[in-house]
Formats: sequence, C-alpha cells, structure tokens
Amino acid sequence: MSAYDYSRKEFAAVFAELQKTYQIYGPKRFAGRGRFSDTDLIRYAPLASLDELELAEKSSLSPKSLVFPADETIFHFNDHEFSQPQLKENGEIIVLLRPCDINGIARLDKMFLENGDQADPYYQRRRQRLHFFMIECRESFENCFCVSMKSNTTDNYEVALRFAGDRVAAQVKDHRYAGLFGQKGRAGSFSPEFVSGNDKQVELPTVETMPAEMFNHKMWEEYDSRCIACGRCNTSCVTCSCFSTVDLFYADSRQCGERRRVWDGCHLDGFSDMAGGHSFRKNKGERMRFKTFHKIYDFRKRFGFDMCVGCGRCDDVCPEYISFSSCINKLSRTLKGGSDK
Amino acid sequence: MSLDLNRKTVTKNAFRITKRRNHTAIRIRVPGGHLNASQIARIARIAEQFGDGNLHITTRQGFEIPNIPFEKMAEVNAALRPLIEELELEHGVKIDNPAAGYPAAGMRNISACIGNRTCPFANTDTTGLAQRIEAVVYPHDFHTKIAITGCPNDCIKAHMQDFGIIAICIPEYDYDQCIGCEACAKACQRKVTGAIEMNGSKVVRDERRCIGCGECVLACPTSAWTRKPGKYYRLLVMGRTGKKNPRLAMPFLDRVNEEVVTKVIANTMAYVDRYILRCLPKEHIGYIVDRTGFNVFRDEVLQGVVLNTEARLAKTIQWPGYNTLNDANLKTTK
Repeated sequence: MSAYDYSRKEFAAVFAELQKTYQIYGPKRFAGRGRFSDTDLIRYAPLASLDELELAEKSSLSPKSLVFPADETIFHFNDHEFSQPQLKENGEIIVLLRPCDINGIARLDKMFLENGDQADPYYQRRRQRLHFFMIECRESFENCFCVSMKSNTTDNYEVALRFAGDRVAAQVKDHRYAGLFGQKGRAGSFSPEFVSGNDKQVELPTVETMPAEMFNHKMWEEYDSRCIACGRCNTSCVTCSCFSTVDLFYADSRQCGERRRVWDGCHLDGFSDMAGGHSFRKNKGERMRFKTFHKIYDFRKRFGFDMCVGCGRCDDVCPEYISFSSCINKLSRTLKGGSDK
Repeated sequence: MSLDLNRKTVTKNAFRITKRRNHTAIRIRVPGGHLNASQIARIARIAEQFGDGNLHITTRQGFEIPNIPFEKMAEVNAALRPLIEELELEHGVKIDNPAAGYPAAGMRNISACIGNRTCPFANTDTTGLAQRIEAVVYPHDFHTKIAITGCPNDCIKAHMQDFGIIAICIPEYDYDQCIGCEACAKACQRKVTGAIEMNGSKVVRDERRCIGCGECVLACPTSAWTRKPGKYYRLLVMGRTGKKNPRLAMPFLDRVNEEVVTKVIANTMAYVDRYILRCLPKEHIGYIVDRTGFNVFRDEVLQGVVLNTEARLAKTIQWPGYNTLNDANLKTTK
C-alpha cells in the first residue's frame, strides 16, 4: 500500500493516463436534464476528464446501472435457436464511487452471484471488469443514514481518493497502479477517513422473527394514500435488483426477436401481477411493507447483513416526501410497543 | 380654480380619468408580476400618502392606486422613481426621464405565472422572460397585451392576450434508460394529448401531437425523458376579450426560441403603425389583423426573423370566439 499527494492538475494528468487503459465512470452533472426545468441531473456516466467528476451533490441515480443496466438484452432468438449477445465494449472500467455505493454493489453481488447455485452471467461479465476507486466521504449529504446501516466504511477498493480544493490525495492498494500513481505525485501518508455520524439516524428492528401481526399492521395503511407508485425509490436505489423480462419481435419479422430484462420495482403498478389477474400487493401500503421488510429484515435473515445501505436516494427523489428512514424508525417504535405515527 | 388637464398626456403618464371628479388613479407596472416585499411597502406608502390608503391588484398583475387628487401627480411620479428604477431600468428598459413617471401606458403590463422559480411544472423562468421582453417593448403607446405562462396549462391565461407566450420543452428520449413503466404514456393520455403511446415495452412520441408540456419528463422515474437543452416557446396571437368579438389566441409559431418571439412582437409594432385606424382612440391589434388578413400580418411580422430549425409555423389561423351580435339568441324565459 502506498500514498501520494497531487495538485489537482497533476492528478488530472494521472486521470488522463489511466484513461489510456480504462474507461472511467463517475457521478457526472448533466446541465438542464433534471426533472424540473433549469435543474441538473447527476448520474453515473463515462467521464471525459477529471473536471466532469461531480462531487458537490449526490447523484439521483446510483452506479448500479454499470452492473445492472435499466434495459439489457439477454438473448436473441429466431424460430429454432437463440444466442447470447456480446457486450458492445468489454474493456476494464474504473468507477469512482463512495463507500455506501461500494457496499451497495456488494449487496447486488449477493443477489446476482451468490443467491442460488448459478451466478448470473450477465451481471458477472459486467461486474468482473469493474475497479473501485473510492471517493473519500467524510461529510453526509442530506438524507444519508449510512452510519446506521454500517455502510459508511469499506476496504473494498483498489484506490482511495480525497478531493480537497486544489489538492488530491490517493491511497493505492493495488500494485498495478503503483508506477502510474508514483510518477506524477509525491509520496504522502493519506489514509481515507469515513463519515462517522449522519444527521439522520435510524433504529433498526432487533427482532429475530418479524411478528405475524406486523404484516397486516395498520401502520402501513397511511402509505396507501401517500405513495403514488411512481417507482423512483426503486429506480434510484443502489440495491434494488428486481427486473421483469419482456420479449420483442423485430418490426418485419414474426420469428426473430429478443428477450430483455428491464428494471422493475415493488412500488410500480403491475410488479406483482400474475396470470389470471392475481396481484399480491395491490395497495401501496403493502408495497411499502414489502420493500421495508426486504431492505432491513428478510435480506439479513438470508445473508447476515441488511440490504439497505442508507444512501438516502429514495428519500431524495420521492415526490410525495415519503421518508424511508422515518418508516424504518416507525417500524422499530411500533415493534417496541410505541407509537406507529 | 378649475382643473385644466390634457387628458391624453395624463393617460400616457399612466394616470387615468376616474369616476370621481378631480381624482385619478395611477397604474404601477410590475413586469412578470414579481416584486419584493420592500417594493410592496413602497407602493403601500404611495397609497397612504397620496390616495386614501386603498389599492387594487389589477388583472394584469400591476397595482392601481385610486383616489389620488390630480394635483398630486408630480409628487406621485417622484415617489414612483425608485420603483421605476428597480422594476424597469434595472432590467434594461430605456426611460429618458424616470423622475417624470411612466412614459407610456399603451403597452400593458406583461403578466406572467409564477414560473420555474417556484412551480415544478414550468418550463422556464417566466419572470425573467417578462423582464427581458419589457426591455424590448416598453415604452410603447400601442395598446398591446402580452402574457407569459410557464407551461401549456396556461395558468396566466395567455390565450386571452394579443401575444400569449407559452414556455414549452422538447422532450428527448433515452431508449436504453426506459423501463416501460408506462408513467409517461399514462400522464400524456390522461392529462394532455396522448402523444406518447406504448410500443411493446417502450414508448413512442408522436412529435406532431406533442405540445411540449413536460409531463413525461416529470413522470419518468429513470430520467429516460429529459428536456432538450435550450428554451422553446409556443407563441399564441390575437386573443382578446372586449365588447365585439371575444376570442382565444391561436398558435402562430411553435418551438421557437426567445429571439424569434421577441423579434415578432417588435415587428408587430411596426405593422400596427402601418395599418392602425387612427380615427379611433385605440384599436386592438386583432381587429387590424382581421382587416389586413392573416397573410399580411404573417409576412410583415416575420420580416428579418430567422426561425430556429425546430420551429413550426401556422399555415393559416381560424380564431375560435363568438360575436356579441349573437346575443339576439338570448331570450327571456318569463
């Protein structure tokens, strides 16, 4: 392990040097592309240079699209055979992301690679070309509750970076980068710090088994009318991994087409619809319960840690001001016999 | 001593003849209908000092302070100076002598909805646009009504103006980001024109039917729909209220940029100057267009205008409205 100090200009040269071998992704600002006019959209995208790296604001969409795109073709078919599509670009990718998102992708790894005896090949081939460069995160954004979810720290990165004004510090854990990082900078002693407290704290339920009455508890009813099923909490979430499959036929063919998987989410209408018109969770409150239990209860029972990483994006993007972190606290209070308000 | 006033000079100075003899009312312009609290306090002080403490919020988002004695006009004008400086001069309006009050009253206050400084639906900062257009069209003596609305919902009622400016967007679709959740298609079909339809697990937008409201952008949970960079407008023309033939303004230009909108309005002033009936005290622009025909209006106001590539132009316009002569149809029932 080694550490280096740079001026921003020097580090921009390191960045440019890395781009000769890797495509570099990070949070990027798209001016005027926000939901409201004259607002910006921040999402993960290839960075043309260091200047495009957005550090001032949280991205509204997570980096999960790098391993789990919103729409992915899983096979092409005709009347007698099918074939798996190649990745258009299969180069190595460096992604600059914060500890919560690194932990978020670790949760996706559980779902796609270790859940059952078959690793998901589509996820795997994208995942194995990723290299994590951690953006040191010492201060929370609005709605973050990573500390409560224990996802504020990680050692799952090859390089850690501190951006402080005109200075950049790097901790290089992976030897493959040592030469390149050593060339432009001076030896330093940087070791990343992690955010140690958020304004928003959540108290997680401590029950081993969720009491049956919680499944039909009236605390979920308020979400029947509050939630509008827009699905933003699902699409913005780094750990939401649900998808639907759809088939499409090429315009002038009745035999050739492709099957795709596209993001779906438990809050969206139609998610739990089945043949015959059955639907498991018609009410929005039931969907909120399902999501909450999945994020902070039943995932833990299966994998030993909670699914939610406390990035707070669901709270950031909800147009109806539904706070997931507040919902978790409400659940914990209710379980302890307190108020469900 | 009896008052000896030049009524035309007084009116041009934004004072008006009122029902109460020897008393006037001043109309204060508030371009875009937006002002700060200290400016409101200043207007309140004028009402208390020179009027009877009452003031009226006009339909065009200005203020009208009644019950001011005519002899106080010069003092009122002096008190108006800071407002004229802040609400007009600072936005680039050229007024030769701001100590002498408003130099014209024909060009009515430009009204605007609250716009995207506050409203999530608005496609632009309507206040800022109103202030920029004010700098182009004011002062001017021709009776002209302009209003700006942030989206096709038209809360400001741009459809009732000589020029109704609707801020729109041009939605752009990121195919790969679309998850086929139907939110945009449902929003468009329920609230707008149904320009967006499902096509398998994706959507298609009928570009001809899209009115640029931005509902799809607002509804999309993955930002597959975003607004094309730049500001675009739909320009409605020649709507009016009035005693003869009230009618809705109709789309003349669509998806045009600000430069086009501004230039067309400025050109209209020259068109009016050429064709207005000077035997009348004032003539609404729409009646002039009725007289010259749409083609003459179109050709003259588009002179020197460079339409942006996205622009659409009305081939012809038929204005919906009614003639008050039809009141012959109204019968008593008793």
